[in-house]
Amino acid sequence: MTATLTPQVESSRPPSLQPHGWLRYLSFSVDHKVIGLQYLVCGFAFYLIGGALAGAIRTELASPLSDFMPREVYNQVLTLHGTVMIFLWIVPVVNGAFGNYLIPFYVGARDMAFPRLNAVAFWLIPPAGLLLISSYFITGAAQSGWTAYPPLSLTTPAIGQIIWILSVLLLGGSSIFGGINFIATILKLRRPGLKLMQLPMYCWAMLGTSILVVLSTPVLAGTLILLSFDIVAHTGFFNPGMGGNVVVYQHLFWFYSHPAVYIMVLPAFGLVSEILPVHCRKPLFGYATMVVSIMAIVVLGLVVWAHHMFTSGTPPWMRLFFTIATAFIAVPTGIKFFNWLATLWGGRISLNSAVLFSCGFIVNFVLGGITGVALAQVPFDVHVHDTYFVVAHFHYIVYGGSVFVIFASIYHWYPKVTGRMLNEPLGRLHFLITFIGFNLCFAPQHWLGLNGMPRRVAEYDPQFAFINQLSSVGALLMAISTLPFLWNVIASAFQGEIAGDNPWRALTPEWLTSSPPPVENWRGEAPLVTEPYGYGVAADELDLKAASGRDLWSSGR
Amino acid sequence: MTTLNPSQAELDQAGVSAEHHADHRIFGLATFLVADAMTFAGFFAAYLTFKAVNPLQPGAIYELELPLPILNTVLLLVSSFTFHRAGVNLRRGMNQRCRQWLLLSAVLGLAFLASQMVEYFTLPFGLTDNLYASTFYALTGFHGLHVTLGALMILIVWWQCRTPGGRITTDNHFPLEAAELYWHFVDGIWVILFVILYLI
Repeated sequence: MTATLTPQVESSRPPSLQPHGWLRYLSFSVDHKVIGLQYLVCGFAFYLIGGALAGAIRTELASPLSDFMPREVYNQVLTLHGTVMIFLWIVPVVNGAFGNYLIPFYVGARDMAFPRLNAVAFWLIPPAGLLLISSYFITGAAQSGWTAYPPLSLTTPAIGQIIWILSVLLLGGSSIFGGINFIATILKLRRPGLKLMQLPMYCWAMLGTSILVVLSTPVLAGTLILLSFDIVAHTGFFNPGMGGNVVVYQHLFWFYSHPAVYIMVLPAFGLVSEILPVHCRKPLFGYATMVVSIMAIVVLGLVVWAHHMFTSGTPPWMRLFFTIATAFIAVPTGIKFFNWLATLWGGRISLNSAVLFSCGFIVNFVLGGITGVALAQVPFDVHVHDTYFVVAHFHYIVYGGSVFVIFASIYHWYPKVTGRMLNEPLGRLHFLITFIGFNLCFAPQHWLGLNGMPRRVAEYDPQFAFINQLSSVGALLMAISTLPFLWNVIASAFQGEIAGDNPWRALTPEWLTSSPPPVENWRGEAPLVTEPYGYGVAADELDLKAASGRDLWSSGR
Repeated sequence: MTTLNPSQAELDQAGVSAEHHADHRIFGLATFLVADAMTFAGFFAAYLTFKAVNPLQPGAIYELELPLPILNTVLLLVSSFTFHRAGVNLRRGMNQRCRQWLLLSAVLGLAFLASQMVEYFTLPFGLTDNLYASTFYALTGFHGLHVTLGALMILIVWWQCRTPGGRITTDNHFPLEAAELYWHFVDGIWVILFVILYLI
């Protein structure tokens, strides 16, 4: 191959059609690192939109009356908030952004298995997002929540609902293409000599997530197509008035949407498992149990969906089965929780922003996990179903869990991506305001739910006013917390301290190249990293290039 | 999947020559077909649940005849066999033979679609008549969409197999293998659909 690349050929070669510099990020680039950043920046833009919608919800709920916006608009805002945050922020960022950036490094490849498919998967997202947002300005957005339960979704205005369905179908397609790409990359594109059980944990998390995406997303797509028939062609699949069955919709919807929760948190588990060992200078505790736990969550995650439907007239045997299956999921999740604690235990923890956000994740996630186990119990669930208790639980998982990890990951990988360090005091300030704001916003909602405040309603009993105002103050703090973060990432890109190739002295393969990495990831051959978590020896004994961690670790003891 | 990156200048600068890696496209397609199969699985689950818990309203008509669907099943199964023969002939370097088998497969696929149309127009119920009827049309229609795409693929592959000048040669037969895998998948789904819709 090199024989053909003589200087003469070089001078006569037609100029590349791909733009260079920052314009790459607006192009149909097939470089996995460019696509990863496209996912991240696009996702963050939608996070700001979803956050503004959340701000509108909390402003409305600051007083018991529906005085900030009409009830129909409130319905549209809460529907858009849920859909934007799930399908345009968390799913694309924890999967698409970090997956695309890191997975090829971790398997020792120069790109994903199908680079063009990868670019197609990303470029489905901006049009789908704009379509969704634009529905608000055309005729009014969908009003039936992110669940789009019929018959509500059949009786609310049809155009908004149809645009919502189209948008979610596009995003589902993007997600499936991404999942296929990750499975092929992790299973088929590993560098020769690299075994599955030597992969960094994020690869396992993404493999499990992608299996869930490929198995469950198509079911949602099929269901939404049937729902659109009900709206457009007046069939009666889910229309009780025409002999249809609404519970079938719920089963099919939750067959996707329960695994969707794992699609949002499993990659976060993987990312935390990468961040903690580096900053604690200890190997990841219990590698094999982590892998088994992820796969157990994948299998169990597919058979627990009906715990969302305990009040939908489910028969007793179904309630029993799904309660037990859901309780079982706490076991692998608990194993992972204790493995992270054991990784922290006795480590030389450098308490920087990445670790603070990771620890914040562990605290929030265990709280969300406990309320999750509580919600799996039928007697309790029947009491708090469709109340603010569920809202609180869900946000502890997806914000306290996934979003905290997204921020931790940005603090951890920013030096690799840009070559510059983030400002540490600003990062800690960001963490402090986010952590206080988040808990102030969502912890009181448990109380609201237990006392019977229903979700998705613009008005409420005046006795709940004070607690709701507390929650709204928390939301305001969360909004403010974005400011130091935004300033930090923008200013540091120009003025940040130069990071060097490996500021954290990490052993995973993405750090064993320059910052930012060159096109095709490594100059020369990809390193073979068989033990990515081999920390625990003195810095001068650490040979990063050899990077066979277990040997280093055991000889260091 | 020859070079992974478009910017050759940057590649040269990085000192990396274009590397070749094994072709994983069939693996990717197979993964996609798993996803596609899950869409059908969702539809089947909905249909079976409707059948189990939602009795037809009085006066609703939902009756299916067997002869035409049996003919359809035979058409698709034979077309799977003829497609297989096309692939065998291509690998032996006999492009003309391969093209004949391909054309026969495409004709069988189109005959299936025509026969399906005949069934649609002779059935005593329409799309919105009742729940079972809607589900019947949704399922067979979604499958028919797959057959239509498959028949188009076969015709494209037939065009690409032309000698001289076609893309598909004895050395490069990925498009044919991909279309073949997809066609067998569509046939397999039909067999399940036939059992669930017509026999149960």
